[in-house]
Amino acid sequence: MKKIIINPVTRSNSPFVVEVTVSEGKVVDTKCSCQFFRGFELILQNRDPRDACYLTERVCGICSSAHGMAAAFALENAAGVRPPYNGNILRNLILGADLLQNHIRHFYFLSLSDYVKGPDLPPFVPSYKKDFRLSKKANEAMLQNYYEALEIGRLAHELMALLGAKAPFPHSILAGGSTVAPTVDVIIDFYYKLKKINDFIQNKMIPDVHTLAETYADYFEIGNRNANMLDFGLFPKDEHDRERYFPAGLALEGRVQEVDLKPIKEDLSYSWYADKGVPQDPYTEETVPDREKDGAYSWVKAPRYNGKAVEGGPLARSWIRGDYRRGVSVMDRIMARVLETELVGRLMEGWLEELRPGEPVFKPFAIPQEAEGAGLTGAMRGPLGHWLRIEKGKIAHYQIITPTAWNMSPQDATGQPGPMEEALLGTPVADANEPVEISRLVRSFDPCSACATHIIIPGAPVREFIICV
Amino acid sequence: MISRNKFSRVFQKHGSHSGVTARLGTSLLSKGKRNRLPVIWLGTNTCAGDSISLLNSLDPGYRAIISDLIDLRYYHFGMPAEGDKSTGVLEDTLAERPGEYVLIVEGTIPTRSNGLYCVIGNRRGKPFTALDAVQELGAAARYVVAVGTCASFGGPYAAHPNPSDGKAVHKVLDRQVINVPGCPAHPDWIVGTLAHLVWYGEPELDEYNRPTLFYGETIHNLCQRRHYFDSGIFSAHPGEPWCMYKAGCKGPVTFADCPYRQWNGEHLNWPVKANTPCIGCVSPEFPDHTEPFFEHLPDIHLPQVTVNANRVGAVTGVLTAIGIGGHLVASIIKGRLPKTLKKGFSPAKPGIEILQTTPAQILVDSIKKMLKKKR
Repeated sequence: MKKIIINPVTRSNSPFVVEVTVSEGKVVDTKCSCQFFRGFELILQNRDPRDACYLTERVCGICSSAHGMAAAFALENAAGVRPPYNGNILRNLILGADLLQNHIRHFYFLSLSDYVKGPDLPPFVPSYKKDFRLSKKANEAMLQNYYEALEIGRLAHELMALLGAKAPFPHSILAGGSTVAPTVDVIIDFYYKLKKINDFIQNKMIPDVHTLAETYADYFEIGNRNANMLDFGLFPKDEHDRERYFPAGLALEGRVQEVDLKPIKEDLSYSWYADKGVPQDPYTEETVPDREKDGAYSWVKAPRYNGKAVEGGPLARSWIRGDYRRGVSVMDRIMARVLETELVGRLMEGWLEELRPGEPVFKPFAIPQEAEGAGLTGAMRGPLGHWLRIEKGKIAHYQIITPTAWNMSPQDATGQPGPMEEALLGTPVADANEPVEISRLVRSFDPCSACATHIIIPGAPVREFIICV
Repeated sequence: MISRNKFSRVFQKHGSHSGVTARLGTSLLSKGKRNRLPVIWLGTNTCAGDSISLLNSLDPGYRAIISDLIDLRYYHFGMPAEGDKSTGVLEDTLAERPGEYVLIVEGTIPTRSNGLYCVIGNRRGKPFTALDAVQELGAAARYVVAVGTCASFGGPYAAHPNPSDGKAVHKVLDRQVINVPGCPAHPDWIVGTLAHLVWYGEPELDEYNRPTLFYGETIHNLCQRRHYFDSGIFSAHPGEPWCMYKAGCKGPVTFADCPYRQWNGEHLNWPVKANTPCIGCVSPEFPDHTEPFFEHLPDIHLPQVTVNANRVGAVTGVLTAIGIGGHLVASIIKGRLPKTLKKGFSPAKPGIEILQTTPAQILVDSIKKMLKKKR
């Protein structure tokens, strides 16, 4: 038995910790946990409900627009307002651009260093030395695409700036719509930048993921788990939001069904919060941090759907849509992410054509004095939910459940591990000094602890506690 | 900023008088290339937004930055190494290049529970806190640069009630820290500050240790829509193409060059151009005192005179200048704005000069007299 601790796991949006126990070359026990705590929901209390759009974007630098979108949906839900026709499309385009940025940067910048040897120059060195399987020529070609992807990822954020003012943390995703008038100069600029990105995806990224999948084909057999997956739906088709381009759905053992919010409960058995012994409802639960709790090991709570640990992300969305159902593994997650990038890029070209210059983009509305609302969307990494309660015109309660909270959740009362932990069990580890299998597996989830570790319910006292062991 | 004298001294050092520009230009560049400054980019309690902003730099792009400008040794967002292999780089740099490297910090430094609210790795089997890392690495660094508003001033993660007792870098280090605020910091502000350090040394800093090159003037004074303000034409809500003052713009009290520079690397847009208010994200007061984001700066009510944007918007341009100028200055007289915001209106700064030459000054004087009489 050997214990391997990777602290920090770098090349994720924010570092986190993975601890595995290896016996006879395979992972037999695992704990994934996070290292920092900010208490974002506590900070949001008593602020102007409109400010939540901009403030919650600050939860995460790489998926800021998804938080803006969820916050906008929550306030629209509470205030009973819908964006104008253009407003919906513009918001989709901003979030779409951010998603392209995220997926391109994740594939090349964050995860490719696990498979491709970099140049002999910091910060590429030091690095692991083993299991780089590409030929020298193929490695060099992929590296050139890595450099080009740096430019393309940057360009995707320029798209976001065109319609959203700046990136990250765009200003133009608001409850009530968006703010930049879709005039022809903006549309044509956006279109030709988008086209460059789509050309790159088509001609470089898609071939690269196939090269990777062929060279590292064994990773279709690593990181497996049952197809238990969830998404809240991404990109409303119109301003009424009756349908989304990526529909909400739940896959249990691979079978897709409708999502209901009631079965979502959070289990606190192994999280550093006082536990009432039964899973809690996110609408009403009260959370009291308790770092001394016996057996607990993570700040992340364990959200469960009808008691099931479900994972989110591009693979979940593709599975629910029916686009990709080959399997659930490290390489399937990567493949689905790249294919989703291509699809979203193409959808965005269509949305541009649907814009109606001259028509309104924003609908003013009054902030209700007392109201409740939920904002649910697919985000880069999976299902994202913001829950909001307004009292006396101010935020009285704000709750965020992020994709990484689903993916990186700890065990629950029944001993069921979180999706990432479940995927890690049984993973072969050839060399405990260079546990590349672990690195590749956890990064296939595109984890983001910045998103996962702020879960706290306003009103509960925050005690002294420690973040990580 | 570099003075003309210093600039020519730098040039004279590097070449003869003939063909001076071409030769010196390249020698500066190659000097930079040869002696790339070792850099540690330490993410503490952060969302990695400034790491992303670094990647959003156009010229130079990330590839040129790491090969031509700096020797980026530690960068959690992009380095292949992980676990002890990555944090080992911190100890190696500290041991090998003390007094030479630049420490860049992104994020607040939580101080609660001795810093255990943010742990950046393991050291000899124990948690290596961000607080320890910043203090140890900061003490031996040649320069310390706080990138982003969190590291510079506390920002959103240190907002009320500051659950992690997060602090700005300069609050935990007993030395000068160059602050490059912004949420995120603009790619040009980050790369520009680094280039200044590499080529010319420390840039000119203001009283908040921000490079005056980027933070020397208010958004309001640089704003393309300033004439709408002066003419009293206001947007009532986001999405309208006029002055965003009434929709909550904090441009009058925010020091940054966004209107000239624009976002991101390609300089395409910025919040007011996108018909939204500036939220003052570079300010030491962000976000607690620049909120509510969509409400305008506080109104002022005095005997016989009530001035606010709603009223002045209805009258002529001259009255507008009187009204709003008067209201802001009167707010300062009454101590309504946080102390740090007053900076924007102290007579030594450009912000006030416009007021001094307009009828607003007359109103200010009358308000002052009125207040004196009352006392």
